[in-house]
Amino acid sequence: MSTTPLLEVDDLAISYRTNDRDQRVVHGVSFKVMPGEVVALVGESGSGKTTTAQAVLGLLAGNGKVDGGVIRLNGTDISRWSQKRLDGIRGAVVSLIPQDPGSSLNPVRTIGSQLAEVMQIHKRGDRRTIQKRVIELLERVGLTPAEMRAQQYPHELSGGMRQRVLIAIAVALNPALIVADEPTSALDVTVQRRILDLIDELRRENGTAVLLVTHDLGVAADRADRLVVLQGGRIQEQGAVKEVLAAPSSAYTRRLLSDAPSLGKPRPVRILTDNQDFAIDVEGLSHDFPLTGGEAKTFRALDGVSFKVRRGSTHAIVGESGSGKTTAVRSVVGFLKPTAGRILVDGVDLTTLKGEPLRRFRKHIQLVYQNPYGSLDPRQTIARIVEEPLLNFEPIPAADRARKVRDMLNRVGLSESFLDRPPRALSGGQRQRVAIARALVLDPRVLVLDEAVSALDVTVQAQILALLDELQKTLGLTYLFVSHDLAVVRQISDTVSVMHKGRQVDGGPIETVFGRPDSAYTRELIDAIPGRSMPAAAALASEPALHARLTP
Amino acid sequence: MSSETANGAGASLSADLPVGWVSRIKRLSPTLALAWTVVLIVLLWAVFPSAFTSYSGTEGVPGTQLRAPSEEHVLGTDGLGRDLYARIVYGARHSLTGAFVAVSVGLLLGTLLGLIAGARSGWLDAAIMRLVDSLLAVPSLLLSLSIIVILGFGTVNVAIAVGAVSIARFARLARSEVVRVRRSDYVEAAFGSGGTFWAVLYRHVLPNSLTSVIALAALQFGSAILAISTLGFLGYGAPPPTPEWGLLIAEGRNYLSRAWWLTAAPGLVVVLVVLSADRISKAIGRTEP
Repeated sequence: MSTTPLLEVDDLAISYRTNDRDQRVVHGVSFKVMPGEVVALVGESGSGKTTTAQAVLGLLAGNGKVDGGVIRLNGTDISRWSQKRLDGIRGAVVSLIPQDPGSSLNPVRTIGSQLAEVMQIHKRGDRRTIQKRVIELLERVGLTPAEMRAQQYPHELSGGMRQRVLIAIAVALNPALIVADEPTSALDVTVQRRILDLIDELRRENGTAVLLVTHDLGVAADRADRLVVLQGGRIQEQGAVKEVLAAPSSAYTRRLLSDAPSLGKPRPVRILTDNQDFAIDVEGLSHDFPLTGGEAKTFRALDGVSFKVRRGSTHAIVGESGSGKTTAVRSVVGFLKPTAGRILVDGVDLTTLKGEPLRRFRKHIQLVYQNPYGSLDPRQTIARIVEEPLLNFEPIPAADRARKVRDMLNRVGLSESFLDRPPRALSGGQRQRVAIARALVLDPRVLVLDEAVSALDVTVQAQILALLDELQKTLGLTYLFVSHDLAVVRQISDTVSVMHKGRQVDGGPIETVFGRPDSAYTRELIDAIPGRSMPAAAALASEPALHARLTP
Repeated sequence: MSSETANGAGASLSADLPVGWVSRIKRLSPTLALAWTVVLIVLLWAVFPSAFTSYSGTEGVPGTQLRAPSEEHVLGTDGLGRDLYARIVYGARHSLTGAFVAVSVGLLLGTLLGLIAGARSGWLDAAIMRLVDSLLAVPSLLLSLSIIVILGFGTVNVAIAVGAVSIARFARLARSEVVRVRRSDYVEAAFGSGGTFWAVLYRHVLPNSLTSVIALAALQFGSAILAISTLGFLGYGAPPPTPEWGLLIAEGRNYLSRAWWLTAAPGLVVVLVVLSADRISKAIGRTEP
């Protein structure tokens, strides 16, 4: 390897201007990327990792500016270059794989023409050569038949396929460096693995260096040569991946490592004796959605799903997008009427209830949403939000209500100073605590958590999971936990259903399903979880320990 | 857990501190401040007209017809010797009341229709919205004129006619906002925690869809003044001695060659008020919940 780094960021400082005030978000960040190397920028939201990556490409948002430091590409400082001058190297020398494949392609142009565009901009050959190269590239990223794919529009492709198109655009001109900004965060875990494999392959073929921006320590551990850990715009530590993970020198990295969910950290098995009754009993649940267009045409989103959840235990439903897990959950909380099947919650068949009895029954089963930014009314204060469910049932004196609200906030770890604040003054984790408080204020027996920790950073996620565990112990709650993240599921649930295309392909106690999966799909899901090279995952490899836990 | 809570509390407290009236006024843009000043002055005219002028708004002084603007008569006098400035000041009450009634009619009926259509989808939604569409299809001036013909002349009737025209616009906007809010997670969560249809509508859907409706109301306030002046100018509004702004413009038209200020001055006031309402409406529309 040559001694001059391909990319050298030295003492970089970036600030954003909001309301006539400059706010520094990146403070003196320095790191190097050698040719052909994969460097991962890891950090939580707000750590400045994306801002740093954008600065490398000269793509900072309009109100952002580089305050100091240099960005050297092949020894030349590009941090003060004009946009016009940067156009000459973007795409050709440095290119970007953006985060969101859903919005990064132009919806009104075919993917072939969008792929050709980057070559036309940089004047690489006439139309025929470009067309040939387009087909070549599409074949290379696995979009076949390439001739047909080139004629398709973005909406005709799945998320994973769109990300392949974006990768093809990024590698079209054989750049020396690819900046990949959370390239797989919006994708399912099995798709994520295939996309990351593809980036790896292309990188090896062409000797391209990759600056990988990710919040997922597991992805970074599996794919990167070197790791740069950022927090609050400052580098906490950097070094070779194996060394950083084996012996983290900063307290922050240690915390990230311990909070990251992984297969190596299963919850202790609880003795659930058979005489305990079932809080939820779902039998043969099916749901058909009518399709627009044809008469009497339907789409079967759920097909004969059955599971039982013991009182006081946690049952997880896992699956990728489109697997029907959300439909299942919405039926269980009574927002959807299933086409067929029975849902018994505490012995009452939910499917027979409607109108006022259904409304009254909602008291016993509450839902916590995935997105804490959308599930709280922006115009209410925290006190009003938590109090609202109490207003819907038997009237309680105002003083009692206020006391209940305060107790509940304390219980979820929020002080009384939060009572009069609007949701926008709270962080994501705090909002999710409020959502949990609102769900619990009615003393429900069952709490349904729909991807309730998926939108949160790992340390916050670990805190919320700990809170849920504690609440379950003290209140004897039954959880139905929906997630796409198998590592989280492994950590908190007792039993699990694996869903795939509307069917339940695997089910039972967590150890059985994860240790000896029945279906090939479950095995594929487990294999696709990133983070195999993390130290904690290595511990899992010691099979005897797992079996020891299986036999109580 | 506790560290996150404590940090969060500290951070948001310090962020909350500078938000107060002083800093808010400091951040007010000059054009918005000007717009509020115009509206405030016109409102004061309407409430205490006698504090702004010693002349009467309706009685002329013989022998002082068609005077040019001077120290005695700031904006001159009209063909009957009435002080024009006084007539504009007294006219504020008529024009503003008219606009207020018009906007109220549109806001209340329109929002109610939009709310019902958006909240209860299905045939009711379709019926209401097709009705609204047909209202929109008729040119607004023609519609106002037909309503006046039915109701009869007069300040209030003109206001109602102008308001009825804006019902369609309010209904369309309110419906789209209600449909947007209804899809949000917090509305579903409210139903999930046992909320009844009307409780959720009142607690969540209405407050969250009102921002842009109120912005439209401010905008409509300007257009209502314009529409009422137009109808007054055409002779459908208040009867002659009333110092209504549109009527002032119409009366001044007869002396356009000799006394152009008789038309220009009330015209300018109408333009200023309409522009101010538009500026304020934009500012309301931009506020985040």
